Amino acid sequence: MAAPRAPLHLVMPVWNRGTRGIRGLSRAVALEGSQKKGRSLLQFLADRFYDVQALREYLLQKQVLKVHQKNRPFTYIKERFGPHAAGAYFILKQGGAVKFQGKEWIRSDAHGHFSLDFLKFQAVPVEAVDASGCAINYQGLDSLLALKELQSLWLQRCPHVDDWCLGRLHPLANSLQELSLAGCPRISERGLASLHHLRNLRRLDISDLPAVSNPGLTRILVEEMLPSCQVLGADWAQGLPSGPEEQSQDRASPIPA
Amino acid sequence: MLRRALQLGLGRGLLGRGLLGRGLGTHRGGSTLGKVEGSGGYRGSWVAPVSSYVTFRTRDPAHDGKTVGRLGEGDQNGKVSEIKKKIQSVLPGGAWNPPYDTSYLPPEHSDVVIVGGGVIGLSVAYWLKRLEKPRGAIRVLVVERDHTYSQASTALSVGGIRQQFSVPENIQLSLFSVEFLRNINEYLAVVDDPPLDIQFNPSGYLLLASEKGAAVMESNVKVQRQEGAKVCLMSPEQLRNKFPWINTEGVALASYGMEYEGWFDPWCLLQGLRRKVQSMGVLFCHGEVTRFVSSSSHTETTSGEEVTLKRIHEVHVKIDRSLEYQPVECALVINAAGAWSGQIAELAGVGKGPPGTLQGTKLPVERRKRYVYLWHCPQGPGLETPFIVDASGAYFRREGLGNNYLGGCSPTEEEEPDPGNLEVDHDFFQDKVWPPLAQRVPAFETLKVRSAWAGYYDYNTFDQNGVVGPHPLVVNMYFATGFSGHGLQQAPAVGRAVAEMVLDGHFQTINLSPFHFSRFYLGEKVQEHNII
Repeated sequence: MAAPRAPLHLVMPVWNRGTRGIRGLSRAVALEGSQKKGRSLLQFLADRFYDVQALREYLLQKQVLKVHQKNRPFTYIKERFGPHAAGAYFILKQGGAVKFQGKEWIRSDAHGHFSLDFLKFQAVPVEAVDASGCAINYQGLDSLLALKELQSLWLQRCPHVDDWCLGRLHPLANSLQELSLAGCPRISERGLASLHHLRNLRRLDISDLPAVSNPGLTRILVEEMLPSCQVLGADWAQGLPSGPEEQSQDRASPIPA
Repeated sequence: MLRRALQLGLGRGLLGRGLLGRGLGTHRGGSTLGKVEGSGGYRGSWVAPVSSYVTFRTRDPAHDGKTVGRLGEGDQNGKVSEIKKKIQSVLPGGAWNPPYDTSYLPPEHSDVVIVGGGVIGLSVAYWLKRLEKPRGAIRVLVVERDHTYSQASTALSVGGIRQQFSVPENIQLSLFSVEFLRNINEYLAVVDDPPLDIQFNPSGYLLLASEKGAAVMESNVKVQRQEGAKVCLMSPEQLRNKFPWINTEGVALASYGMEYEGWFDPWCLLQGLRRKVQSMGVLFCHGEVTRFVSSSSHTETTSGEEVTLKRIHEVHVKIDRSLEYQPVECALVINAAGAWSGQIAELAGVGKGPPGTLQGTKLPVERRKRYVYLWHCPQGPGLETPFIVDASGAYFRREGLGNNYLGGCSPTEEEEPDPGNLEVDHDFFQDKVWPPLAQRVPAFETLKVRSAWAGYYDYNTFDQNGVVGPHPLVVNMYFATGFSGHGLQQAPAVGRAVAEMVLDGHFQTINLSPFHFSRFYLGEKVQEHNII
């Protein structure tokens, strides 16, 4: 078995060191190709001993569980203070920022602390959420979807927001006017297709999505799909041949077998 | 120990009669191998057992201790060295070189043999390995006839997944499967391998109903909502607002799945399962099951009827492109052979009996050919196109970003094509698929067919739903087949159900007892109203 050569990594590189920090998975996706050098001692041992293999699997599971823990629902706060407060608490705990209607932006500081004053405004809806770089995943969206009057949602560079999450945003269709997905490494054009439910969307930012196969064409198609929305994305001329020597991208999708 | 070796070297025939043991006991003067070469006289040599056998039988005192002349003087040295070599090779430490490499053969013993390596078979293997206690307890062998999967339904599937069924168990199966797909990189993660991307399109299914079917659709949606699927009903007016390119003439009601419905890449799921299952220690064999060796036992039911229970002991696996076969001793056989499950069931003796009885009830799963066409329509619907299923049965979905669409239609019973081969009938598209689709989506009046292929449904002629669970008479054969076109979208959940049945004896998470084989005998149909 010709195993790929990789430097000394306890678990797969994509899940490991790369996921810390704001640029998390987007950086890891770019680095993955360069990881195939040097057969590591741990990999060698894992191929031969069940214990080492189990240890590596356990560490991989731990990474996954960490993200799950961050996205747990705060049911007590939801019952006691209402869905808006619970959603705001969730975002602030993840490291994002919240803006209530008529109030200023509330952000957590460098140490992750934030004031709990917002728990006092029970009926005041959350107007805008800035979840840039937060580890929100499919489960965590539960807390966000309860914010029925959310107008602006920024999910820039979130490493765990993927196509499945986008399919879940339709309950916010009535109020959502601004959505930003710039830099999310897992979003592709397939998830963007499910944004057509958001009829009131006025601004959509889909720039810098590494998993989208054809950014220029995708932008055109999304613009057609959401006629009253301003779409910020890749330049549609991107991918067109600049000269006779440059190979043009094949626009039509590959024919399935 | 040496004497045992001598017995081995001299062949089983003598041993079988049990005389050799006694013969050895009676021969005179110790016999050792060392005495073979250059020993004068046969008395006390290792050839003695032959002679004592003869001695013992005839009890002729004149021949006592002497050879009968069976081995002549001249042959002795040649035969002796030959048999000595044979013994030395069989003893531990000797070099037993089989004449050829046998690594392509399946093992001689396996606890579970899964016939069929498609998505259902691999899913059962995965869940068996995942739910077994302790780790490594069960030996699983997957037998797959075609490693290129050129005719497998999984690889040729359109890849849709929906929860819009009418039978609650189907909805539950589909819900679990979609959650499995969402978390596929947690379930099927293999250390050091890249994560899987099944390319899921969460665009949803849109089922259209005419006047006749509107009431059924409403009750179906109620059941679906009860099970937890997110489906909404739309009137023609709302349909026109949402999808202006649909012609709503003849549509009374539409049900639209908002979440967890769409389509994905089935080949990726298959390869992901294969990779994970191999890392968990499941054995694969490239071969075909040709025979089951089973034993029967007769018992009486509580009402006094005689019933014959069969138990499969061996599975004969014939190696591809060869006459060679390997008998695999097994405890359980799982029939996940898809479109060919009927033949496998016949091999096991399912359905051999007078018609109308349980013994005579065959597995009603047969191969049905279905066509899929890929066309290009530059003015066609855009990115938001869901998987649309028209009231007439024709369906289509978007494929990629280049205005390509995949679609087809299920033929009626009279028009069923011959399933002998996978040739495509393009007239079927012209006559049966294009007209209803062009009527529904006017933009499809100008289109160009780019390619087409055909695949098999493992069609359950009884009620178009799966068969899951053991056979009542062939007690160690389990079925996981007959899904009639929605096997791919239920595969992870069905795999788990079968694994639970095998390991615990009953279903634990989703109760699939309505899908038991005995419904074919009892006549209880579990009819699905939404077959595409």
